Amino acid sequence: MELTLAILLTIITAATPLLLAATGELVVERSGVLNLGVEGMMIMGAVGGFVMAYLTGNPLLGIAFAVLLGMAMALLFGFLVLTFATNQYATGLALTILGLGLAALIGEGFVGRAGIRPPNLYIPGISDIPFIGPLLFGRDVLFYISITLVAGVMWFLFRTRQGLTLRAIGDNHHSAHALGIKVIRYRYLAVLFGGACAGLAGAHLSLVYTPQWSENMTAGRGWIALALVVFASWRPLRVLAGAYLFGAVSIGQLHAQAIGIAIPSQALSALPYVATIIVLVIISQNRRLTMINTPASLGKSFVPDR
Amino acid sequence: MKRRHISAIVRLTHNNAEMFQIPERASSCLDIRQPEKSFKKTSELANPACTADGETTYSFLSNWSKNRRTMQTANPDDLLTLRGLTKSFGSFKANDGVDLSIRPGEIHALLGENGAGKSTFVKMLYGALQPDAGEIFWRGKKVEIPNPAYARELGIGMVFQHFSLFEALTVAENIAVALPPKTSFKKLSTDLETVSREYGLPLKAGSHVYDLSVGQRQRIEIVRCLLQQPDLIIMDEPTSVLTPQEVEELFAVLRKLSSEGKAILYISHKLEEVRVLCERATILRHGKVVGACIPKDETASSIARMMVGSDIHQIRHEPNAAHHGEPLLSVRNLSLPARDTFGTPLREVSLDLYPGQIAGIAGIAGNGQTELFDVISGETLAPSAEDVMLFGQPVGKLGISKRRAIGAVFISEERLGQATVATMPLSENVFLTRHSVNPDLKAGPLLRRGTAKALLDKITTELDVRKSAADPAAQALSGGNLQKFIVGREVLEDPKVIIVNQPTWGVDAGSAARIRQTLIDLAANGAAILVISQDLDELFEIADTMAAIAEGNLSKFESVAKTNRNAIGLKMSGIFAAEGTHP
Repeated sequence: MELTLAILLTIITAATPLLLAATGELVVERSGVLNLGVEGMMIMGAVGGFVMAYLTGNPLLGIAFAVLLGMAMALLFGFLVLTFATNQYATGLALTILGLGLAALIGEGFVGRAGIRPPNLYIPGISDIPFIGPLLFGRDVLFYISITLVAGVMWFLFRTRQGLTLRAIGDNHHSAHALGIKVIRYRYLAVLFGGACAGLAGAHLSLVYTPQWSENMTAGRGWIALALVVFASWRPLRVLAGAYLFGAVSIGQLHAQAIGIAIPSQALSALPYVATIIVLVIISQNRRLTMINTPASLGKSFVPDR
Repeated sequence: MKRRHISAIVRLTHNNAEMFQIPERASSCLDIRQPEKSFKKTSELANPACTADGETTYSFLSNWSKNRRTMQTANPDDLLTLRGLTKSFGSFKANDGVDLSIRPGEIHALLGENGAGKSTFVKMLYGALQPDAGEIFWRGKKVEIPNPAYARELGIGMVFQHFSLFEALTVAENIAVALPPKTSFKKLSTDLETVSREYGLPLKAGSHVYDLSVGQRQRIEIVRCLLQQPDLIIMDEPTSVLTPQEVEELFAVLRKLSSEGKAILYISHKLEEVRVLCERATILRHGKVVGACIPKDETASSIARMMVGSDIHQIRHEPNAAHHGEPLLSVRNLSLPARDTFGTPLREVSLDLYPGQIAGIAGIAGNGQTELFDVISGETLAPSAEDVMLFGQPVGKLGISKRRAIGAVFISEERLGQATVATMPLSENVFLTRHSVNPDLKAGPLLRRGTAKALLDKITTELDVRKSAADPAAQALSGGNLQKFIVGREVLEDPKVIIVNQPTWGVDAGSAARIRQTLIDLAANGAAILVISQDLDELFEIADTMAAIAEGNLSKFESVAKTNRNAIGLKMSGIFAAEGTHP
């Protein structure tokens, strides 16, 4: 029981940053923009969150600053890609490289310092319920944000007019423009939202996952988040499932290695990637459904004729 | 050439269409050119006139619009008045001082060739583009239309030519996107089904556009427009994707709307349609208004003359239904599964091409034309070699170069991207299809550029290709000139089997006539030609025998003399199963 709880708690911790970043990127891609800079925005969030929390002693300020830095990076991306219609792939890659370098520079003097973890939720009575209490009612603030985000994004995309407009833009920006929808404005907002989410994901890594700063601490999680969005065929609940599956298998394989199962450790380390891809491919078998959910103008620059 | 003896042809319609040649034309134009006077009077005047000429009218027009700038109001009876609307893209004037007025409840045609500036004009009306100069009056009041939302607020609705629909969304969602944000989604779903039934355009709110046919998609566009309660509906080339029967249904809807007092601006280059549907027409050429007329009092060729600015080459063609000799190309019971979710499967298609004949295949886009073309050309291989026979040889498993080497040529639908490489100069584009056929183009593994340039010159003269430089990139040519180049490249060596998909799609009337005449002449010299086209007029003009393709089924070929638009239209909608499709 104790072990199961511990495993479940680590799974949540492993899944939350992926879920945060992927949910943000899902909104960005639903608007038809492909931001390959998730990794860069995430690591800027990580370093910014850590440094601000360390300097002020307030982890919530750290989280807020991480969001701000993520958005600043996203704004730069949006400026290039939306205002100047640069190539989205190249610009996204550049953003990642910029973020990694800049974060290493900023975090130089903070390597090895102890971070400040945001407090876990504690509701007297409820959080004390065995097993369920600590699992559901005793987590950190970012866990609750991540779950709320998924629900909020689902509601926004499929229940509101603005969400409909956003999906319409992602499907066909020329038609949207012809109808008088402000394509560029919507995309800016979506890209900024994606940046904020990536910043949150970064803050989770440097404040909750391992409360410290080290260079390259995102370790490719931005890329995994990007892949999750595609394999989840741009559907929020599948992103949630994918993030937790990935978290579960990566924690599971660690335990398997610890027990000493006779499988090469490299194969076990690859397991989360393989498992996630297989499962998401299997659930994406319905081609018609996939087509309907794929933003058709993804990655294409939009230049309105004036 | 016509410009030199500029003379207005004024046609007075009240005394049974007499033709006058009037040397001093400016005065005769005066009445027509002053809409404030003449349009108000048109109802009283029994002789609305029609002009067509060249440059002098333009200068006259611009003087006229200068004088008029001082006036601040428009005729209050008009729903919409436009004065001197001008829009430039760089140094190119897409619209140059365009004037137009529309009365409530009228169906007004805006005519012009591809590139005459029609689309630019309607985009300005709908707020998608801003004019550089000119005034717009709506119900007599001067307005500016900064965006489409404002146009809709005024009461201007638009049905787009290239549908502005979102494939991934449902019908109701597609409509909701264009309506004011406050509209309740549930109410909208019921409203749209009511309105669509009322106008005979049945739609289901929950179906995905992705799953719908082109005709159904157009219904969504129209219903979306109607739900905005517009007073003016702009329709941009609405019939280009419809069967003749669907066109009739659409016209019934438009007449009903007109009888309810809604004005319709009907943009088209299909003259017969305009003649039966529209009350007035304004004709645009090179961005300027060059004439106005009452279409039903005109003939298609007199309107065409105004659109083009000169007489169009009359095609000479004697349909020749009797065939002699062995077929040069045969397709036998060919079935092919669909390539992907968007593709159409071919179902037991059979056809024979005989020397000296043009066989036409009619059909609405997406019914298997591309698939059929690809399997005949070798871009897709047939399931077995015997499925396609060329000069008696089984070629179903051969690639396109080998089929060319046997003596067939293939002219594909897409000018840029498939028939030519956009950024390559024309001489290099010559190599792309001729290298396997013409040994002079190669010296071992090397290219002979000189030969290609000589061929290009020959193509240029024979098909009258007009280009800005000696050897420009393919994309620098206009659609019509590029198409002439492509046809010229393929037919230069007198091929005996010619397969062509959409020979004159989006091509100006002059070039189209040239291309059609070339095909007819080749057939007269013994070539067997297959023309796949969505343009029924074109097929009736050049084909000897005709069939229709619907959802991958090909009907039997019939002599054009024994069929008509209605019969072909029915076949285009797939009603020929009973006839026993295959011989």
